[in-house]
Amino acid sequence: MWDYIKLLVLAVIMVAAGYVANNARDLAYMVSAIEVALVALVVFIFVVRGMGETKTEPETGYMDDIIRVGVILTMFWGIVGFSVGVWIAFELAYPAINYSDALQGYLNFGRIRPLHTSAVIFAFGGTALITTSFYVLQRTTGARLFGGGLAKFVFWGYQVFILLAATGYVLGATQSKEYAEPEWYADLWLTIVWVAYLIVFMGTLMKRKEPHIYVANWFYLSFIVTIAMLHIINNLAVPVSVFGSKSVQLFAGVQDAMTQWWYGHNAVGFFLTAGFLGMMYYFVPKQAERPVFSYKLSIIHFWALIFLYIWAGPHHLHYTALPDWASTLGMVMSVVLWMPSWGGMINGLMTLSGAWDKLRTDPVIRMMVVSVGFYGMSTFEGPMMSIRAVNSLSHYTDWTIGHVHSGALGWNGMITFGALYFLVPRLWGKKELYSLKLVSWHFWLATIGIVLYAASMWVTGIMEGLMWREVDAQGFLVNSFADTVAAKHPMLVVRGIGGLLYLTGASIMAYNLWKTVTRAPAKADAPAAVAAE
Amino acid sequence: MARKPTEKKDVPTTGHEWDGIQEYDNPMPRWWVWVFYATIVWGIGYTIAYPAWPLINGATPGLLGWSTRGDVAAEIQKFTDMNADLNARLASADLTALDDDPALKNYAVQYGRATFATFCSQCHGSGAAGAKGYPNLLDNDWLWGGDIEAIHTTVTYGIRSPDAEDDTRIGDMPAWADVLEEDELANVIEYVVSLAGGEHDTAMAEEGKVVFEDNCTACHGDDGSGIRELGAPDLTDAIWLYGSSREDIAETIRDGRAGVMPNWNTKLSEAQIAAVTAYVHQLGGGE
Repeated sequence: MWDYIKLLVLAVIMVAAGYVANNARDLAYMVSAIEVALVALVVFIFVVRGMGETKTEPETGYMDDIIRVGVILTMFWGIVGFSVGVWIAFELAYPAINYSDALQGYLNFGRIRPLHTSAVIFAFGGTALITTSFYVLQRTTGARLFGGGLAKFVFWGYQVFILLAATGYVLGATQSKEYAEPEWYADLWLTIVWVAYLIVFMGTLMKRKEPHIYVANWFYLSFIVTIAMLHIINNLAVPVSVFGSKSVQLFAGVQDAMTQWWYGHNAVGFFLTAGFLGMMYYFVPKQAERPVFSYKLSIIHFWALIFLYIWAGPHHLHYTALPDWASTLGMVMSVVLWMPSWGGMINGLMTLSGAWDKLRTDPVIRMMVVSVGFYGMSTFEGPMMSIRAVNSLSHYTDWTIGHVHSGALGWNGMITFGALYFLVPRLWGKKELYSLKLVSWHFWLATIGIVLYAASMWVTGIMEGLMWREVDAQGFLVNSFADTVAAKHPMLVVRGIGGLLYLTGASIMAYNLWKTVTRAPAKADAPAAVAAE
Repeated sequence: MARKPTEKKDVPTTGHEWDGIQEYDNPMPRWWVWVFYATIVWGIGYTIAYPAWPLINGATPGLLGWSTRGDVAAEIQKFTDMNADLNARLASADLTALDDDPALKNYAVQYGRATFATFCSQCHGSGAAGAKGYPNLLDNDWLWGGDIEAIHTTVTYGIRSPDAEDDTRIGDMPAWADVLEEDELANVIEYVVSLAGGEHDTAMAEEGKVVFEDNCTACHGDDGSGIRELGAPDLTDAIWLYGSSREDIAETIRDGRAGVMPNWNTKLSEAQIAAVTAYVHQLGGGE
């Protein structure tokens, strides 16, 4: 019966999407509607195929199928996101490769820059977060994911969101809000998926077999709850037509700017910091085989972090139409946030104390240490850059880009790589990784890549800031904007090379993981997933 | 010092365990706690000193009375005061006599350079060397005149600027596509190339000369050296605004050209226009 209802709903979606595609007012919306119809068709076929099979007993072990798919897709989106990043880095150094005439502007920097940011943050990072959160949640609660097929819906629903978002960027549907570019229809879909995610997460926590909730799950939960709030409020908009992608924002002017950066900064704070701290709190102690350094520290820094982060957004709007009082509060909250952020670094690094010898033998641990190191560096750099006097030099320059990337490549990328290296042998029942030597190669390529990236952006960023503000004795500007662009060229090339090294490392990783799944010897004793006692 | 607790062998764990992960019951590192407290104390102090806390009507102004707008205004005021005298003199200066006042000229050129970098470099390049369709200002080839008053007029009212219809400089290179036959076009291109001393087909150029004399001399002059009152370029000097290839020249003749320079009198002050004029005039080609 339930299957027939599903089929009916899917059929209605297909027909409705087809109707919408036929009446769409713009290309992006039409293509998105066709995609929705195709997705509904694929799900329809899967449901039909499953109907003939006799229902087996409900499964009891951990739900690891989608986690395996998640590991593969995380790797895939990583390669995609890094490749687009390398491409746009070279577009900035050599504008000719925008190929504006040949490609009619479809691959101009303006269109594929959001494709890059969303591919790495939401596709790579988001898939990594959903995948690892499902893994960690099950292991640390001893319970199978709540809600039956709901977890599958969350996982695949999120992938559909990525598809709709990417289509919109290239075909020109955008809200022009940084990290919130997807238009209203994609936003509504993500809201549904996210609520389902919260239900799965809360439901599993409620039926946990452990008496306490592990710290990693606090961080994952704060990430899920806060992203829901940020997403809904920053995307409040009225569609111009249900047959078109364009919408009108609810807020205007400085209120809109403040809402956007409240969202934007906390996308960093709760998506890229809190969520990934959840990852760190599970995979670092597991890989190091050491207890977490301090329970007290984890409590205090958790609450301090989530309380303070939410106020830090105004530091993106220093010296703008934003009133000074809001700018001051944003800056003060950001500086006070320094130690709560570092609490995670201390807990990560101190957990390794007593296991430092493993750094020599285990490149995966090395990756995690560097990751936590970059986390510490960028969470010091961030508060520093939020100080108004520093910001007046750094804002709008490449320094900001460098800061974001030492966090994203160093912290988010490396901890995700560490987690994937941890997960693959376990999920596919292998004794060990195919090659630790290749992990070492990945480690060094990625680390050198990040150093080139961050160092070149510091140099151009500070140079740019100084050139923009340089005035002669009579108060006249010395440089034209084009002078600063020309001066940046060599460093933009170095940045591109750094990105290329990072991408090369990730490609080696993809090869290594593939070989691990297909070639590495199987683990002797147990199958991959066994529920806790 | 933060490492001390773990070196003690007897630090207990909290007794919890998840998937084999335990937690030590270590105290928070002292230095961490104290730096955290210090930032909080600093934060409270800072919000008292600077505008910070929102109230019903407005926000606390801060004990220092500081504001971002005040800060910028003070900095601008400093230079405005410093330059007030020179600015007044520049706005009403006789630009032709600028060489007699080295101090004012130096000021005008510096001011002009900064103004140029901000408003003019987008088209003419930050070094004023121009680009295809945007004249090079470093050479002595002038479409509308290169003495300081002509430059002043050009900057003030622009060229074919739709916002200054009555005053702007007007001159048309019409489209000849409907007038000239293909062979006439080919011939006149050879002639135009020959005018500038380029390699050309002599026979075609001979025929092109007739076409040129019938159609082009009214603006470009009998010898092709141009007429400044009409903004008609000198074709004999091998300086090409829209390119010197035969394809470029063909496009220019077929479709015509009508580049636009905005009138700056509604955007820049008198002093700024005088300054940018003085700057451009001394770049190398000023007459």
